[in-house]
Parts: sequence; structure tokens; C-alpha cells
Amino acid sequence: MTFVARLQLRDLCGVRSGDKGNLSDLTLFADDQAAYEAVLAAVTPEVVAEHFGDLVGGPVERYEVPNIWAVKFVMADALGGGGPRSLRSDNLGKTLGGALLRLWVEVPDEVAAAAPRRGRRAPLDA
Amino acid sequence: MGQTRSMTVRIGGGQGFYGDGKAGLRPLLDAGVDFLVCEALAELTLAILAKDRSRDESLGWTRDLPLYVATALPELLDGRTRFITNAGGINPVAAGRAVVDALRAHGVTGLKVATVVGDDLRPHADSLDLPADAVFAAAYLGARPVVEALDAGADIVVTGRVADASLFLAPLVHTYGWAWDDWPLLAAGVTVGHLLECSAQVTGGNYSGDWWAHGDFTEPGFPIAEVEADGTAVITKPAGTGGVVSFDTVREQLMYEVHDPRAYLNPDVTADFAAVQLEDLGGDRVRVTGAAGAPAPSTYKGLVCTPAGFSGETKVAYPWPDAEAKARAAVRYLRHRAEQLGVPVLEWHEEYFGVDAFGGPTVPEPADEPPEVLARLVWRCGTAEDAGTLHREIGMLGLGGPPMVSPFGRGRDGRPSQLLSLDALAVDRTMVDASVRVVVDEV
Repeated sequence: MTFVARLQLRDLCGVRSGDKGNLSDLTLFADDQAAYEAVLAAVTPEVVAEHFGDLVGGPVERYEVPNIWAVKFVMADALGGGGPRSLRSDNLGKTLGGALLRLWVEVPDEVAAAAPRRGRRAPLDA
Repeated sequence: MGQTRSMTVRIGGGQGFYGDGKAGLRPLLDAGVDFLVCEALAELTLAILAKDRSRDESLGWTRDLPLYVATALPELLDGRTRFITNAGGINPVAAGRAVVDALRAHGVTGLKVATVVGDDLRPHADSLDLPADAVFAAAYLGARPVVEALDAGADIVVTGRVADASLFLAPLVHTYGWAWDDWPLLAAGVTVGHLLECSAQVTGGNYSGDWWAHGDFTEPGFPIAEVEADGTAVITKPAGTGGVVSFDTVREQLMYEVHDPRAYLNPDVTADFAAVQLEDLGGDRVRVTGAAGAPAPSTYKGLVCTPAGFSGETKVAYPWPDAEAKARAAVRYLRHRAEQLGVPVLEWHEEYFGVDAFGGPTVPEPADEPPEVLARLVWRCGTAEDAGTLHREIGMLGLGGPPMVSPFGRGRDGRPSQLLSLDALAVDRTMVDASVRVVVDEV
């Protein structure tokens, strides 16, 4: 029997986000195979689309990159028109990775227990 | 060491965008790189350069280029390094001329400067049906013209819109003679290029893990790739510099802005990053192998830029209590004011920020609401005149809006602003009263 733990993606994954035109291009990075599979199960394109709501106007595509335990999301119409056109202070979508890390997910207990990022916080004087 | 150098090409990633820090350059050159590659162009950069060129036809290239050349000059002069950059932006001819002028100003002779042109799509405006108001249109060229320049003996190669990764592929093709249809090798070169094209972003910059645990970013380590003839590469950085090169930092950069990782589209090859193997060797060294490749797309990617109106923007901040309610009310006021004035705003955008600008660390944090909110309101209008109108209306919020509005701070856009000291003093009344006078004019 598998028990599930509820945790925020912040405690499970790294992330990097950027832009291409009006697309937001962001990737989650799991730390081992089990965590990678848990992320694939929990973070579907539908979940991501719902998480971002009106911030993202177009469809969300997902790409699986098992060699480096990465899960990429490419979100259309996501940057208010793209770099030179957008009115957002984050006109390049650099912060959207942080917004995705706020997502709560359910993963197997053992994945949560093994997550090296869990509870790791930057000191304020870093 | 000499033998190792002869079997390995060392490429340094000296720039990741127009405005990147320059502290990483000298350590790169000191560590020894056969090629210093400086990538200056994001999509947004081209738009910025278009504004420059619309003001002055001799602009449109990244203007810190001469500074890069000057920094690398000792190594360029003694032949230890060759310099490749797409700093030409949308005006590579002017950029090439600027480099020659800079070299002459330094009294330099004997260096070859190559300029790559042809990415400008405006001469093809009719066949491409480009919009008449296009401020620039460019194609992303591949590595071939850069290789041609290196083959011709260029010490410095200045291009316009050559694809970022292709700038790094070029010295590998030049050195190792890789065939233009050897897809795995071209993919290996593009992988290296993609990893280096954002400078410190592969050496710990923007790293989302324990970024605080990896040294001093006042002295950032810019990346070096040691690439062998079979495409195997090690990503590293100069000893003693800040940051970190690890499995984590390299994989984050590998995925950065690539869209489909199994089909990374580049003018020279379609690269499969899902086949890449990363091996953390420790000591800030990560080995990169296994990139797979398929033929390049049959078309070049082009980019066309057209005017989209003008923006205006203002910020206003309020403290607890009801900080958010006040900030939202202020924004509603400004938007209502635009309606009253008949300012034709095509688009609004609102943002609300806040942590602890006003309370200080000893004032208890409010339990149930933000301690403060900074509202940022942005608008888009068809003309600069309309976009500039609303700025004045924020003044009303000073005395006539929600309570405790914060003053608006100093200096806009980081421009210097003179500071003045004010001191109160007591003045003898008789002394002043003796010179008080009333003058009456009748008209």
C-alpha cells in the first residue's frame, strides 16, 4: 500500500523559466527517477493550465526528458504579448517558475521523504 | 598540458545578453580560451536596437562591443584567442566599422576583422510580404558564414542575427572540419553552444537549488567548454571564480528556452537534448556526451518587428492597514481618471507587490494581510502623447486619495538625482523685519 504525501513543488523540484516570443518555456527538475515519475503523474498540462489560470491564454504543452529527470512546459500566449510588447514587469516570464513551484501536489510518501530539497530554505543573509 | 591543448578546443562564453556583467571576462581570458564567444542578442535586444537605429542610422548594434574587444586585446594580439560575437545586432556593418575604429584607436595593426551580413530581410520585403511599418526583419543565420570568416583567418568575427548556439558551433567546425551533414557532431556543437550562450547561467546563475551555497557572484565564473574532435565536451569555469558547475546547473541551462527538447531547432542541425548524457565529474566539471542530431529545418527562422503602441506606467505604495484595498482604490482612481479625460487606453495591466519597505524589522508583521502593497499600473496607448498624459494624474493621490500614500521615491529608471540637505534655524525677527516691504502695482 502506498501512502501519499502532500507537498509544494518547491520541496520537490528545481525550475528554470524563460521565453520565446509570447511563449513561456519552463522546466521542472526532479532529483531521481521516482521523483521524476511522481512529477509526471502529478503535474499534467491540465494541472498547470489550471494553476496559472488567466496568466496563460493558450494551450500548455508538456515534454518529458527522462535523461535528466526534466519535465518541460511550453505555454502559449503567456507573456502579455512577448518581451518588447508586454506590459508586465516580468515581460520575459522569468518568475513564472517560482509561481509553478507554489503548486501543491500529492506524491508517494517515500518520494516526499527522499526529496533533498524538502525544507531547504535560503538564509536571509545569503 | 601542451598535448592536451592540441587535442581540445577551449571555448569561453563571455556574454549572455546586451548588458551582461563584464567581470567574468578577464578570468576567462586568463584561464586560456582558444575562442572567446560573446552572445549579445535576445529577441528583446533586437527590438531595443531597432529603437536605437530609428534614432540614428549608424546604431543598431550593441554599443559595449568595443569594450569587449579592448578587454580581449592582449590575447587577440598574441594570437592566443579569437573573438566571435553577434554584437552586430541589426547593423553588423556599423558594428564591424566600430571594431576597426576601436582597434585603430588602440594603435593596433595586423588583426583581421570579418563582418557577416545578409541576415537583414528588408531587401526581401516584397517576396516575404513584410508589413510596411516593420522596424526590422532578420533571419537567424547558422554557423557557415562564421566558419568561412575563421577559415579566412579572421581574428574577430562580428555578425548580426546568427543563432546563439551557432556562434559556438562555428569554431568547432572550423577546427575539426566537421561535415555539414554530420548531424551527431553538429548536434554536439550546438549542445555546447546552447550551454554556453547564456554566460553565468550555466555556472550557477539563476540556479534554482541551493544557490546561496556556491560562492560569490561579485566575481562570476563564466563558462568554458573543452571540446574534443568527437564532440565530447566538459563544461567548467576558471579556477577561483564564483558560482558552480554541476549536474544541476548544467541541466537547468540545457532545458532553457529550447521548446521541444527532442527537436531543438537550429539553422545548422535539429538537436535532440533528450539523448544528452551529463556526468558530474566533481570540481566544477560536467562531461556532456551523446547529443543526437537530425537535419536542420528547411527554412530559416525569421523575426519581424512592428510598432505596437506606447506604454506609460506609474507605481504607488500604501502601508497597512488595508494596504491592498488602498492600492486597488488608487489604481481604480487612475483608471477612472483616464476615462474622465478621454485618454484612449488600449490595454491596462495591474500588479501588486509588498514585503516590508515601511515597517522595519522591529514592527510586528500583520497576521492577516500584507504589511504593504506597491501597485504598478501600466497602460498602452496608440501614441506617445496619450501614453504620457496619465502620469500627471497620480499627483491627485498625494492629498486626495486613500490614506498614508507613500511618497514616490527618488529618480526614475535609476537615473541619478541630486540630493539636497535642509536645515532649520532660528532667525532674529528685527533683522528680517527691517527688510520686509510691500510693493503695490496698479495696472
